[in-house]
Parts: sequence; structure tokens; C-alpha cells
Amino acid sequence: MGVQKTALYDFHKNLGAKFVPFAGYEMPIQYKDGIVKEHIDTRQSAGFFDVSHMGQLFVSGEKSLEESLEKIIPLDFKEIKKNQSKYSFLINDKGGIIDDLIITRIEGGFNIILNAACKDNDIKEIAKCLSPENKHELRKDLSLIALQGPKSESILESIVDGVKKLKFMNGDYFQFEGKKVYITRSGYTGEDGFEISIPNTNAESFTKLLSDKGAKPIGLGARDTLRLEAGLCLYGHELNQDINPVQANLKWAISKRRREEGGFNGWDKIKKDLQNGVSKIRVGIKPSGRIIAREGTKIFSSEGNEIGIITSGTFGPSVNSPVSMGYIKRNFSEINKKIFLEVRGKKHDAVVSKLPFYKKNYVK
Amino acid sequence: MSEKKYSKQHEWVSTEGDIATVGITKHAAELLGDIVFVELPDKGKNFEKEGQAGVVESTKAASDIYTPITGEITETNQSIVDDPSIVNKDPEGASWFFKIKIKNKSELNELMNKADYEKFAKENQN
Repeated sequence: MGVQKTALYDFHKNLGAKFVPFAGYEMPIQYKDGIVKEHIDTRQSAGFFDVSHMGQLFVSGEKSLEESLEKIIPLDFKEIKKNQSKYSFLINDKGGIIDDLIITRIEGGFNIILNAACKDNDIKEIAKCLSPENKHELRKDLSLIALQGPKSESILESIVDGVKKLKFMNGDYFQFEGKKVYITRSGYTGEDGFEISIPNTNAESFTKLLSDKGAKPIGLGARDTLRLEAGLCLYGHELNQDINPVQANLKWAISKRRREEGGFNGWDKIKKDLQNGVSKIRVGIKPSGRIIAREGTKIFSSEGNEIGIITSGTFGPSVNSPVSMGYIKRNFSEINKKIFLEVRGKKHDAVVSKLPFYKKNYVK
Repeated sequence: MSEKKYSKQHEWVSTEGDIATVGITKHAAELLGDIVFVELPDKGKNFEKEGQAGVVESTKAASDIYTPITGEITETNQSIVDDPSIVNKDPEGASWFFKIKIKNKSELNELMNKADYEKFAKENQN
């Protein structure tokens, strides 16, 4: 199949992007200013991200659609109002996470945003649950652009009339260059912001306007430091097929009715963990010095026992300290618990930290 | 100080008497991106040529720093540990990493001059 490019590839190139292969796509890791500047620009002003490599799946159908989706997604679909978005997962038979996703109810069905590396398998898993009268379509004709940061609202409102009325985790259709675009107020940085689903043919002129109005281009590098400071999970790091939502400390993303009634894949396992508690759990971890504990770093107790492992770690430019997330034995998971991280053969002080590391500013 | 010499691991070396000052090149600093962590060797420690004598980390990844010269560490630059961004701002000036007492002067002849290093760096991009 070869390496794929998004509709904005040439646009990124002209902005001086450095590209890396990511989930089969050639994606910008950073632009001229570098990761730290891009990170700070997003927090202080606004940045745009090309996330068109992510899957935009539209599922539609009759009444049975919601029932079918409830087998694999632990949400209460009756509860989701039109144009409302929810964070959730696809769950396997063992309760493990096949992918994490954002699902939005729109006219005639649902939009599901899937991770790029998982999307082909996700679609197979979703298709298995659907009845023949239900349809699914991967919208390869659409790009997805995120605009994040405190100036997002004023920048986007000047291009697309009416977006300021959107509340966090809600969306609607708007007009751009005579085309329908679907915009949600959401994101992956811990900042206020929007995600704009737009026809490929209009993606470049739209993004150029964002740039002209002062939003900065942001690559995957800063996307990672931003989401880590915000305590948000990245599939393949904090989440995988052997981790369930209770272990991932994301049981809030299982709807209340579903936590009581179950009825989804892996319910037996998840029910047990909900009742008895988990043996390991995802936590935030803050090294005491400047040492960075990256993925794979082992966690030790003061007695010298191995008690967990780091799943992501970097330096957080806005909190001005290293930040990590990882899995730790439950009896060591309390906030401020003193632990040790083994980096390059030496043990370094750290503490279990509350998440997020960086406080968010969502518009409710 | 002498004219700077360069290693294939992207360190620069300048010498004064039997003391060599070592840092990472502008090219290396640009490749690494924003440097957010520096670990330096202990004073008094002895290293063989190409021994691992430190670590730099960017937001993206960690990279080892090697000494291009055999000898004993006589001084290290605490200011880049306290503020690692100096490495990006002034890689071949203020951000020297350590000074090392040269054991074997002939090792200097194995290093590249500026023109040869620039050619080497260009050919080995990525």
C-alpha cells in the first residue's frame, strides 16, 4: 500500500514540517519552531493539528444499530443526545481495549473517530456486531483538523459563523466555502478547542485561514507533550488489548447503566474488577528532579520491589518538569506515594501524582 | 584555544594545553530538537575514547554523549544541567559539556576539521 499522505501534506511541507512515518502515514512531527515552542503556543494562543490520519467512521441504520453498538461500546446510547460526543472504547471478549474513540450522534447515525493505527481492525470488529441492515462507511473524503488553545474560539468564529455557541463535547454542522463541515468542541490537549471534519478539497484553504488568523502549526511531538500534561491516554501506550477500562482508571467512561447492567464484551471480567478493585492501575508519576522516565522504565517501592512500569514519559514544558504515566500495583497508587524509577541503571525519587499535571480550561 | 575538531558522534573538541573541552555540535543540537535534560560525568572519573560520558534528552528521545578523547574529567558545566535550553541556543559556545585531561594527544589527529565534519554531517543526514 505504501506510505499514505493527508490532503495537507504539501501545505505542511511549505510550512517547514519535519515528517515521520506514523501509523502508515507521513505526518509532521514538528515545524520550524520546535516542540517546546509549539507546545507553549498552543497553551497561550492557538495551534492547529492535522489529524486526518485518524479514521472517521459513519455508522447508520435502523433501531437495532444502538443495540448492536452497545455490545462493543460500553455507553448508554439512549443517553447520548443529538450532536453530543462521548469518549469511550471498543471492548474485546476479555474486557481489553481494542481502541479508544470519540462517538457523536448525528442525523441518521453516529460519527466515530478512531485511532489511525487501529482503524482497519476497528472497522472489522464493529462490522461483526452490526446487523445487515446497518451500514458503515470510512469517510476517506474528509480531513480532520484540530484547533486548540485559548484563542481557538475567536479564530474559528471569524472563519465559521456560530461556532462559539458550541459547548464542550458537543458538535454541529456549519458552512465553509459552501460546503457542510461538522465541528465539535473537543480535543486532546487539555485546552479549549475544536475538531473540524471538512472535505479534503477544502482542507487546505481552511487551514490556511487558521494560519493567517494567527494559529500556529503543531506537530505530533507537541501533541504528545500536550496530551501527557493533560493526563490523557495514548493508545498503544496506556491502553491496549490486555488493559481494561477499570485498570486504565477510566471507569467514568463506562455509562452508569452499563456499569450496573453490563451486556457488553468482557463484562464478566470488568464486573469483577469493578466489584473487587484492580491489582494494577494507571496513575500519573512525577520524578522529583529533571530526570525523564520514558516508556518501559521500571517502578520500584522503597523496599526495592518492582511495582510497576511507565507507559509514557516526557518533559512537560508548561509544568516545567518531567511527567509520566504508568501502571502501578494498587496498594502503591495513592497520591504523593514515594516511589523510585530506574533510569539508566540508577534509581531516582518520584511520587505518584494526581492527573492532570496541567489544569484544563474547558467551556462547559 | 586551538581550532575546533569534530567527532563522528557529533561532538566538538577544543584544546588548551593538555585539557580538551567537549560539547555537542550545532548540527547534533538541531537534530535532537529542544533539549530538556542533561546528565554529565562525575569529576575525576576516567574514560576511554568513545566511552559514554553523559546523556542529553530532548522532548522526543534520549541520546548518549561520548567522549572523543581518553582521559580524566577535570570540570563539568553545571549551567547546562540547570538550564538545558542553553544547548540549543549556543551549542558550540556557552554549552560546553565537560573538560577532560588528555591522556594521548595523538587521538586529536583522528578527529575531523570543520570542513570535513560539515561534509560528514551532510552525508549522514538522517
